Amino acid sequence: MTVLSDRQQLSYIASQAADARLNVELETEGMTLNIGPQHPATHGTLRIICRLDGEQVVWAEPSAGYMHRGYEKLTEVRTFPQVTTLVNRIDWLGSFANEVPFILAAEKLMEIEAPPRAQVIRTILFELSRIANVSLFLGDLGVQMGAITPVFLAFRDREYVLNLIESATGGRFHPNFDRIGGLKDDLPAGWIDETRQVMVKLREFCDIIEDLLFGNEIFQSRMRGIGIIPADVAKDYGLSGANLRASGVDFDLRRDQQLPMAWDKADWKVWTHPDGDSFARCWVRLQETRESCKIVEQLLDQVPAGPIMTKVPRIIKVPEGEAWVSTENPLGEMGYYVVSKGDLGPFRVKIRSASFNNISIVPWALKGVYVPDIITILASLYFILGDIDR
Amino acid sequence: MIQFAIEIPYWGQSLLRVLGGLVAVLLPAGTIVYLFLFKMMSFMQSRLGPMEAGPYGSLQLVAEVGKWMQKEDLAPDAADHRIFKMAPLIVLLSTFLLVVIVPFGPDAYFTNFSVGIFLGLAVASVSVLGILIAGWASANKYALLGGLRAAGQLIAYELPMVLAVLGVVIQAGSMNMQEITVAQNTGSWFGLDWFGSPFIVTQFVGFVIFMIAVQAELTQAPFDMPIAESELVSGYMTEYSGFRFLIFFIAEFATAGVFAFIASVLFLGGWGIPFSWFGWDNIDQVPDWMNLVGPLIMFTKMLVLTFIIMWVRFSFPRFREDQLQTFAWKVLIPLALLNTAITAILKVAF
Repeated sequence: MTVLSDRQQLSYIASQAADARLNVELETEGMTLNIGPQHPATHGTLRIICRLDGEQVVWAEPSAGYMHRGYEKLTEVRTFPQVTTLVNRIDWLGSFANEVPFILAAEKLMEIEAPPRAQVIRTILFELSRIANVSLFLGDLGVQMGAITPVFLAFRDREYVLNLIESATGGRFHPNFDRIGGLKDDLPAGWIDETRQVMVKLREFCDIIEDLLFGNEIFQSRMRGIGIIPADVAKDYGLSGANLRASGVDFDLRRDQQLPMAWDKADWKVWTHPDGDSFARCWVRLQETRESCKIVEQLLDQVPAGPIMTKVPRIIKVPEGEAWVSTENPLGEMGYYVVSKGDLGPFRVKIRSASFNNISIVPWALKGVYVPDIITILASLYFILGDIDR
Repeated sequence: MIQFAIEIPYWGQSLLRVLGGLVAVLLPAGTIVYLFLFKMMSFMQSRLGPMEAGPYGSLQLVAEVGKWMQKEDLAPDAADHRIFKMAPLIVLLSTFLLVVIVPFGPDAYFTNFSVGIFLGLAVASVSVLGILIAGWASANKYALLGGLRAAGQLIAYELPMVLAVLGVVIQAGSMNMQEITVAQNTGSWFGLDWFGSPFIVTQFVGFVIFMIAVQAELTQAPFDMPIAESELVSGYMTEYSGFRFLIFFIAEFATAGVFAFIASVLFLGGWGIPFSWFGWDNIDQVPDWMNLVGPLIMFTKMLVLTFIIMWVRFSFPRFREDQLQTFAWKVLIPLALLNTAITAILKVAF
């Protein structure tokens, strides 16, 4: 399963040979470097154990679990409506997107569907949380490489999106707005016009970032040709989201499956990149942010009138059965496998979070690279710690 | 010429020079930190920066220094304690040795070496020693990696710097900083003598190479691989806190100021104003008031140059270690050699 590129294979062999030779001749030994759990590059408590030969990585392994919060188990002692409070803390930068697949799974079991207005608003908020998530990634990218200015621009412009989410849902980071059968509230007055203005600002932000970072020669020389993940390897390791699309696999769950959401009402494009290197992953995310702006702008024109909540019983009991719903979240494919025994709460919930699968490729991708490239590869793989340790 | 100096006894002159050295190192450092690191960076990043301590946060640095002074003087157990404590002082020492060669006026100089810039380039690399032993003595893997990276980088960028200076030295015909200054303020191009002849015009390539090398010597982005906060935490400074971190911090920005002083002497005409404006012919005719105006001119030029250094620092991502070495050895050094050769040929030809 582990397929090494030629470059990686050669450097790996060379490093092994150098290691052995040095050990015999000079009695030197490689160095084990812990990157994390407390480390500025891992934006959270991920630990990566690296075996170094000089500055070259001989072997690396991510060690997750330092922030495990036991959400899968906790859901078993919550009622169905209460679960959203838990799950929107999984990927804390795009919280609303975490609630949607769970609610859809519960709705699938109950065989109900949210009314069209709720579906469109759900999709808009879903894409807004994607923008909030990825815009911070675009800023953070610079910080990982020592350019400190982009992240402040990202924080500034993400604030507009967070304000929108807050004015619609009441919560900046953890909206807890999605309900089984619809949404908690309707949109506030004037929200649609405000959103249109914010989308213009975010397009400008994307242009600025493209200018400031993606056009920068140092950035390109740090990113291009680094951390190449071929399409078959990406598929083997179960990558999803932009990481997979950057390897040239045209796969987007928003387009490829039928869900009671409104993505098919908008005209947008799934971006892929043939290279599969760090630059491709970042570039795909930049293009996706633009596409999200496009989706939001189009859906704002077609929010239908009508109720935001379908008829659901006051006390929600989900009928017995099993359901799997996954959506294309900001970080990749996120799915919930919900098993219900007809009780108030789920019997078992299995969460498939994107980052956990995405970082499984770290040992493969880091083999033979240099210490500075560890950081760019990790940054371009883009994980959120909450999404790794649920 | 030396009327001003004669009136002061030798011990007074020495005292003045020591105080002047302190001012010339610490004042630029404070100004750079406040103006550029605190304020300019904030404005570039759409925020205000410090606003609480003093008007517009101007006393923020005082507050920070106070904070650092109060902190415990920590050293890791496994560290080599004596060397660990010495390292920041060595780094700061190189800054003080460096400022010695900078002239601030016809008589306002610390020493008037005939080989001033040679000494400057020699002592500039003392800081490598401090950084290397800081990285080694910390008993920390990040610090070790940072120290090794710093050593490689600083040695690599010493060469283009020397070669860039060589062009100036050839053109001025002297290694004395005063004579380099005078040469830039008395010459003329194409018969126009109203502007002097600052070497930035004839040695523009050298100036660019020098500034890039300075950026690397200071380990500022895009050459901040030794510090690389996102991968090496803080490089060789990782284990330092409190007062000893403060010394590293001062040394970093003071060295920025001093290198900017040296660059303004080498390329921008130093303390001088074109001598033809006032009808001076040589340095002996320059009146004493230039000893007061000169430092102001130098300070202004220093601010302009450090502005460029900081501007680049705030907007660029950093190079990777090998790219950085490639850039030095394959781009900067050949370019600097070419520049030196052309300068030498032209010097002989005209």
